Amino acid sequence: MSWLVALPVGLIGFVGLLAASRAVDTGIYAHGFVFFIAAVLAGFFAIRKNEEITREWQASKTSQEPVYNDAIIKVGVIASTFWGVVGFVVGLVIALQLAYPALNFDLPWTNFGRLRPLHTSAVIFAFGGTVLLTTSFHVVQRTCRARLAGLWAPWFVFWGYQLFIVLAATGYIFGITQSKEYAEPEWYVDLWLTIVWVVYLLVFLGTLMRRKEPHIYVANWFYLAFIVTIAMLHIVNNLAMPVSIFGAKSYQLFSGVQDALTQWWYGHNAVGFFLTAGFLGIMYYYVPKQAERPVYSYRLSIVHFWALIFLYIWAGPHHLHYTALPDWAQTLGMTFSIMLWMPSWGGMINGLMTLSGAWDKLRTDPILRMMVLSVAFYGMSTFEGPLMSIKAVNSLSHYTDWTIGHVHSGALGWVGFVSFGALYFLAPVVWKRQRLYSLRLVSLHFWISTLGIVLYVAAMWVSGILQGLMWRAYDSLGFLEYSFAETVEAMHPFYLIRALGGGLFVLGSLIMAYNIWRTARGDIRQEAPYGVPSVAGA
Amino acid sequence: MIRHATIERNSILMLVLVLIVVAIGGLVEIVPLFYLKSTIEKVQGMRPYTPLELAGRNIYIREGCYVCHSQMVRSLRDEVERYGHFSLAAESMYDHPFQWGSKRTGPDLARVGGKYSDEWHRAHMEDPRSIVPESVMPGYPFLAQTALKTRGIGDHLSANKAIGVPYSDEMIESALADATAQANPDADGVDALVERYPGAKVRDFDGNPAMVSELDAVIAYLQVLGTMVDFDAFKVEENLR
Repeated sequence: MSWLVALPVGLIGFVGLLAASRAVDTGIYAHGFVFFIAAVLAGFFAIRKNEEITREWQASKTSQEPVYNDAIIKVGVIASTFWGVVGFVVGLVIALQLAYPALNFDLPWTNFGRLRPLHTSAVIFAFGGTVLLTTSFHVVQRTCRARLAGLWAPWFVFWGYQLFIVLAATGYIFGITQSKEYAEPEWYVDLWLTIVWVVYLLVFLGTLMRRKEPHIYVANWFYLAFIVTIAMLHIVNNLAMPVSIFGAKSYQLFSGVQDALTQWWYGHNAVGFFLTAGFLGIMYYYVPKQAERPVYSYRLSIVHFWALIFLYIWAGPHHLHYTALPDWAQTLGMTFSIMLWMPSWGGMINGLMTLSGAWDKLRTDPILRMMVLSVAFYGMSTFEGPLMSIKAVNSLSHYTDWTIGHVHSGALGWVGFVSFGALYFLAPVVWKRQRLYSLRLVSLHFWISTLGIVLYVAAMWVSGILQGLMWRAYDSLGFLEYSFAETVEAMHPFYLIRALGGGLFVLGSLIMAYNIWRTARGDIRQEAPYGVPSVAGA
Repeated sequence: MIRHATIERNSILMLVLVLIVVAIGGLVEIVPLFYLKSTIEKVQGMRPYTPLELAGRNIYIREGCYVCHSQMVRSLRDEVERYGHFSLAAESMYDHPFQWGSKRTGPDLARVGGKYSDEWHRAHMEDPRSIVPESVMPGYPFLAQTALKTRGIGDHLSANKAIGVPYSDEMIESALADATAQANPDADGVDALVERYPGAKVRDFDGNPAMVSELDAVIAYLQVLGTMVDFDAFKVEENLR
């Protein structure tokens, strides 16, 4: 272990202790100690793994064949599965709170207002982010035929990101938030993530630079765009003035209308680049691998890549229709949102058509079936999105559950399923097993989760449109027909159906966790293989 | 004409091109909002929050009220009839960060100020379903039992001043006194407070004279929402954007 490890680890521990000792509020006090504990753990990790990591690194320098860093992928698969289950369970809890408000327990740490950011951050940043880190590290090594750049840097990125998750999550429960949706963590957590993210970019770029392939594979274009753009969005949207250098609270640099558009420029592109571009990177590697077919169209990849990243950035103002945002900005946002439909479907077509000549595999390969359904959900969500960005539609859908339903058809269907597909692909690879423990369980997961999504999304469509129509309903005398409370009451049955759908999705993720755990142990379930006619027939 | 193969073979070139392509949309849409004078309407009556209102706003943020309550009345007939005049950009120009929200699990709060009595808010925060049986809002009984942390409240005003909110040095110096005075109508500093913050409501918001609680701050904040702008002096036609 060199000063390259000891210095940053020591610095993190020192800063943590300093912050805790000077803290002006309990949040910084607790988080100072979290930093310190993280530094101690990092020290132990570095000492224990030093020999192993250095040995592999030396071997990779002399070897003709690339020696991949697969240890980090293995930890990534475990962490992704863990955060997935946690994030889905918190989602189920808050869904039940909306149906039965007594479940808030009237305590600060358990109320919906604090748990909802916990849910969104757990699924987007903890689950989605860890999946993106893990798969990008896997894909970039395989498609460049090069070992991940850096000796300790990839480990810093991985564990530094996990520390970010812990800081963000515990912060929400203690009420530390800057209230910007999907960017709730306060200034010091934002700074930490910035450091981690810059190292992530360097590791990714460094690996691209040492590639043995002349071309950069298309999946890496998407990962690169995701990393670069998230850096830009994160920094600009989190510009803030801390009240004290030893306090958690800060005030955003921008205010009112400028802050609102900056937030939704960020917010919509957290969807566009975190949950879309990044996961398209996953699609472009794992779908062709699983289908054993090349990507459908190289030209389409080029066109839809550049069109997608150019157009997405403009779409933010559609979150602010009919608000105090000037009309010209609203119209611009709507126009670009509608145009965005085309490059989105370009990606869907490229993903789906990759199966041409291999469609029969949908019968026999439940992992591929999961990936294909995810691309189908991507197509549906990216049609629904432009539709909802039209001002006339948005006047009905905005502020209602329709938005929640739209988000979840994308999040559960597209992001969830493509991640599950990648995790199922990776598990036998990183544990060097012949195959997954059970394909029948993958199929069970597929059907239970699909049913869950359908229940969830359909319930939110109905409740959202119902509530939107009730808000604007007039009686024969020209008065508003419903009080707000009546529209809340009308939501109850749909909140129950939504919770049921979410419960099924949680169940599916538990089945996956079990399957991956048994795979890691090296077990193989004795089961009838797919595609072999049953002997017992007739 | 650049061939795509060139970009595909050069990671730095690709990085630079991606950065240029993704920067354009934000530059065109966001930057003009800072220099187009028509972005924020000309209104009368807007003032910075009092220290107590600001503290209440911070509790509103801390508890995540914004995840279920918007503060943005859209310019639609039913919304204007339900909630009042549509929201102006000027009304949130001192809001760091904005609280427009994105979901109405509960009703819009942009103009909730003065709509209900302090007693209504006290009972509603203690147990929402005692007032609105259909409500799904969590109860916040702990707010009334928790003393408001006023230490360093002047620093909060200073931080706001540094990013453009027009707090005077006098306001910052008397921040602590103003925070306690606003919850106590019998206090000495009430007149000075109202002079510094015209129209500020001075009441024992939580009904407990023994303590300035977090509930005092939250109700003070809710009661000022949407009440600052003088709409008799506001001309829509002069502020079309």
